[in-house]
Amino acid sequence: MFRNQYDSDVTVWSPQGRLHQVEYAMEAVKLGSATVGLKSKTHAVILALKRASSELSAHQKKLIPIDNHIGISIAGLTADARVLSRYMRTECLNYRYSHDDALPVSRLITDVGNKMQVCTQRYDRRPYGVGLLVAGYDDNGPHIYQTCPSANFYDCKAMAIGARSQSARTYLEKNLDKFADCDVEELVKHGLRALRDTLPNEVELSTKNVSIGVVGAGLDFTIYGEEEMSRLLTAIEGEERRGGAQAAAAAAAAEPAQPPAADPAAPQEEAMDTDFGN
Amino acid sequence: MTKRVNTTKMAQFGSDAFAAKSFWHNGPAPGASYNFPNMRSSSGEEEMQRSQTPITTGTSVLGLKFDNGVIICADTLGSYGSLARFRDCQRVMKVNNNIAVGVGGDYADFQYLKRVIDQKIMDEHIADDGFALKPKALYTWLTRVMYNRRNKFDPLWNNYVVGGMQEGVPFLGAVDLRGMAYQDRHIATGYGSYIALPLLRDAADKNPNMSLQQAKEIMEKCLEVLYYRDARSFPKYQMAIVTAEGVTVSDVLEVKSNWEVAHMISGF
Repeated sequence: MFRNQYDSDVTVWSPQGRLHQVEYAMEAVKLGSATVGLKSKTHAVILALKRASSELSAHQKKLIPIDNHIGISIAGLTADARVLSRYMRTECLNYRYSHDDALPVSRLITDVGNKMQVCTQRYDRRPYGVGLLVAGYDDNGPHIYQTCPSANFYDCKAMAIGARSQSARTYLEKNLDKFADCDVEELVKHGLRALRDTLPNEVELSTKNVSIGVVGAGLDFTIYGEEEMSRLLTAIEGEERRGGAQAAAAAAAAEPAQPPAADPAAPQEEAMDTDFGN
Repeated sequence: MTKRVNTTKMAQFGSDAFAAKSFWHNGPAPGASYNFPNMRSSSGEEEMQRSQTPITTGTSVLGLKFDNGVIICADTLGSYGSLARFRDCQRVMKVNNNIAVGVGGDYADFQYLKRVIDQKIMDEHIADDGFALKPKALYTWLTRVMYNRRNKFDPLWNNYVVGGMQEGVPFLGAVDLRGMAYQDRHIATGYGSYIALPLLRDAADKNPNMSLQQAKEIMEKCLEVLYYRDARSFPKYQMAIVTAEGVTVSDVLEVKSNWEVAHMISGF
């Protein structure tokens, strides 16, 4: 029944000082397909790998526009992400109504963080089972924020979350110093390469399974259309895939062994087939 | 408001306080409604009276944009009706490093909203995220607050003049007690809108890119004319100057006035 004596409630501490329910919620993010975010000095980009729950269904949306200057990509429970995105949209609209200006990204993230934290400290709640990458642009420049079910949030230069995202993070770490001076096109290409590294060998990036969102100086948050995407995908097509499946497997093994992830390959295979997380 | 006549006193007057109380003591009169002691009125709503008029008031506020900043001026008189009651009511306020506000109308309402604005600035200071309130944002916020209160039929009885620097460009806007708001290169509220506005308009038309010094001189002239013509004005005033360098609110300054011809005025 229980994997642990101390995981019955979110509010119950384990003697080791851990909150197991919160840690389980963190696992929900890893069930969602990968999403990547990165920024230059002027722009922030988020990219996501979309899944279709069956041959008959369309791919599940992964990017959600919040306001003219903010967009998010999600990994984990889509329904939870919709609740959070509605909250974020409301906050942005209210600020626009009362101050006729864009809500600073850091303030929005602080508010979201506070909202999410409540769920980790009350016995009648559960943590949000979703991780977000928030791309935004304000007077302080472009931002990429990551949020977690644990209600932690991080201000990032670049980040990837979701299934097999360790390979994307490896790519991002390797190329980190190139991003700052990139133009938008180069930045998106870096993002696509990072995203491609999360794919199993037999899958390819396509206009169907990729979403790209950009925001930056003088540019409202925009989700790329099919033409723009196929042009960018063609641009990185010829290049040899670095790492790929082998690197991902190695990376997954390197991730700290969590209770549900005893065998790193098995839950991920399962995740690709279920519509539990996106 | 219903009035309750204290019959107890009347009954006790001239009689023994220890004597038995009158039979139908303070009770309901036939055919009249009765409110039991220490009970809320039956409607559940407490009676309240909304502001019908301002009490202690400040008169005109002047605002003027110059080539790289904004000036806001107001005198320091707190009038009690036509009585010049408080002589040091300062109503020009530095909000943060790029906003100054001048206020006319009810001084208590200003003090209330000043607390709210100061708290907003303090919250921002605590957030410590590098963002500072912009004049346009405060102007919009004031519009919302004022319009909200007017919709409760309980307005904050003020005129606000917001001046500041936004993205390196001077900003000047006004909000009134109904939430009506506008931006202009020069603003004068109250009596000043009759007396000072034509002077400001004329000066700004003749010299669209005036310097700080020129703008100061025009403001001083306007305050002087207002002192002659506005019976609620005062020769002591403050001047706030907002430039890219920041906000300075002056000490209390004195209007230079000349009353040499005053003895020739007669007949009223």
